[in-house]
Amino acid sequence: MAAVEILGLEKTYSVGFFRKQKKVGLKSLNLEVREREVFGFLGPNGAGKTTTLKLLMGLTSPTAGSARILGKNWRDPAARARIGFLPEQPYFYDYLTPKELLDYYGTLSGVTAADRRMRIPKLLERVGLADKADMQLRKFSKGMLQRIGIAQAVLHEPEIVFLDEPMSGLDPLARREVREFILDLHREGKTIFFSTHILADAEALCDRVAVLSRGELRGVGVVAELMTSAQKKVEIVWQGTAGIAAMNALGASCHPAGDLVRATVSHDRLDEALDILKRAQLPLVSVTPLGGSLEEYFLQKVQDPVEAHA
Amino acid sequence: MMRRMTAVAANTFREAVRDRVLYNLVFFVLLLVASAPLLGQISIGVQRVLLINLSLSAISIFGTIISIFLGISLVSKEIERRTLYPVLARPAGRGEFIVGKYVGLAGTLLVNTSAMTLGFYAALLLMMGGLGRADGNILIAVYFILLQFLVLIGLALLFSSFSSPLLSALFALSMFVAGWFTADLRGFAESNHGLQGWLAFASSYLIPNLASLNVITRVAHDQPIPAALVGYNTVYALSYAAATLSGAALIFSRRNLK
Repeated sequence: MAAVEILGLEKTYSVGFFRKQKKVGLKSLNLEVREREVFGFLGPNGAGKTTTLKLLMGLTSPTAGSARILGKNWRDPAARARIGFLPEQPYFYDYLTPKELLDYYGTLSGVTAADRRMRIPKLLERVGLADKADMQLRKFSKGMLQRIGIAQAVLHEPEIVFLDEPMSGLDPLARREVREFILDLHREGKTIFFSTHILADAEALCDRVAVLSRGELRGVGVVAELMTSAQKKVEIVWQGTAGIAAMNALGASCHPAGDLVRATVSHDRLDEALDILKRAQLPLVSVTPLGGSLEEYFLQKVQDPVEAHA
Repeated sequence: MMRRMTAVAANTFREAVRDRVLYNLVFFVLLLVASAPLLGQISIGVQRVLLINLSLSAISIFGTIISIFLGISLVSKEIERRTLYPVLARPAGRGEFIVGKYVGLAGTLLVNTSAMTLGFYAALLLMMGGLGRADGNILIAVYFILLQFLVLIGLALLFSSFSSPLLSALFALSMFVAGWFTADLRGFAESNHGLQGWLAFASSYLIPNLASLNVITRVAHDQPIPAALVGYNTVYALSYAAATLSGAALIFSRRNLK
């Protein structure tokens, strides 16, 4: 069973003084998130990531479409009880202490008083806020708020955790902590659905990713496969300075250094490049494939407005 | 469901207390202390009337300000600061949230009004040297003031469920002022026909009848309050509050959060 099934979810906003103009927030989105995977929802700012999460959380109504969470309608309270959510740049009741905040959210999630008493200190310990348990949140830094945000999202032990830009605006140390926390949750068997525009985080954490741009799904797949499918290049090194003009004609970029020439050529022109070296009888030193990165894949998908979507 | 509503109510109460809303009690005490020399210069009978009028009016005014201004911010502040997101992502329904917020503010006002009433009785005891049977009647006026708060919180929540805080405050204050003139509106409706009369008639029932909830002058002059009025006002205020609260919950449940 899929953890999350998004079935043609769409959101169009009415804008302007008379609300006659239409602005597309999300075009018909179909997506499936498997159980126990870390799923990255990538896209530049304004791509529709937060809109999708708000639709899934029931914070806003879709113009069309629906979703299923753990096999149930996404609006079903029984489904909502099994998910956790960290909003983007979370702001919590600043007059409460972490202990009080978690107790409040725990009650709303239906966690019994006995379980709350047991879980809250453990969770605060786990997110490194045990010594701040009785300090009002108005005195918390952004990183500390993010940690308490993650704690409230997992307090009721949900099966799926939705995180909207969990690493946004954090310093490298805090980012690392959040990353480790996500990996811990993954090891515990939880499904993680997180939106981000920080590709390094997605590359390090995700099993699969989806790329969204201008409210439209541009691609989805296993991270390793997407990286290899990204347009790759090959580096060729040979001895002797001849052959540069012919290589340039192939679109390669050549960098002579002493007796060697280093050229980068697209993968599909490799055979032609090797033929040039063979004909000119130039000794080949090495051929090294330059690995594709998630960044390359991402840019390719985001920058191409007319591409058929994978 | 009850547990979730109670949690929202308790959190609302805690917010009011920690945001020092109850500091208005200090002003109330200061008002009583400041008015003491003035009251000391007049005859015993008038002293009592003045103290009752002054204190109950102050209770009513402080509470009205809290009901309207805190009432309109109950939901709008949560939306603006996005503290609502983790709440609504949970199984808690939007209706439960609205009712919880309402109960929390009503509870705050109950505590606030009770503390002020205790202060008032202490001042009365000091001034008169004892409390008479007629002084018990004053509690009916306080009860009516509380009913007025229940109506006003409902209205503030209703307006804030679909409009901006500024407009909500304007609407709620307008209803509060108009609420003192519903009897005049009814009189106007009876003496006019056609659309004008019909509009005045409809408005007189839509606008809360706050004048009937004000018996301050009557209790100050030891006039009896009929039991039927207590019953009528109770049913009226609770029905009015329930209607506005249902409207607020219905509108809020369809609202898209930005």
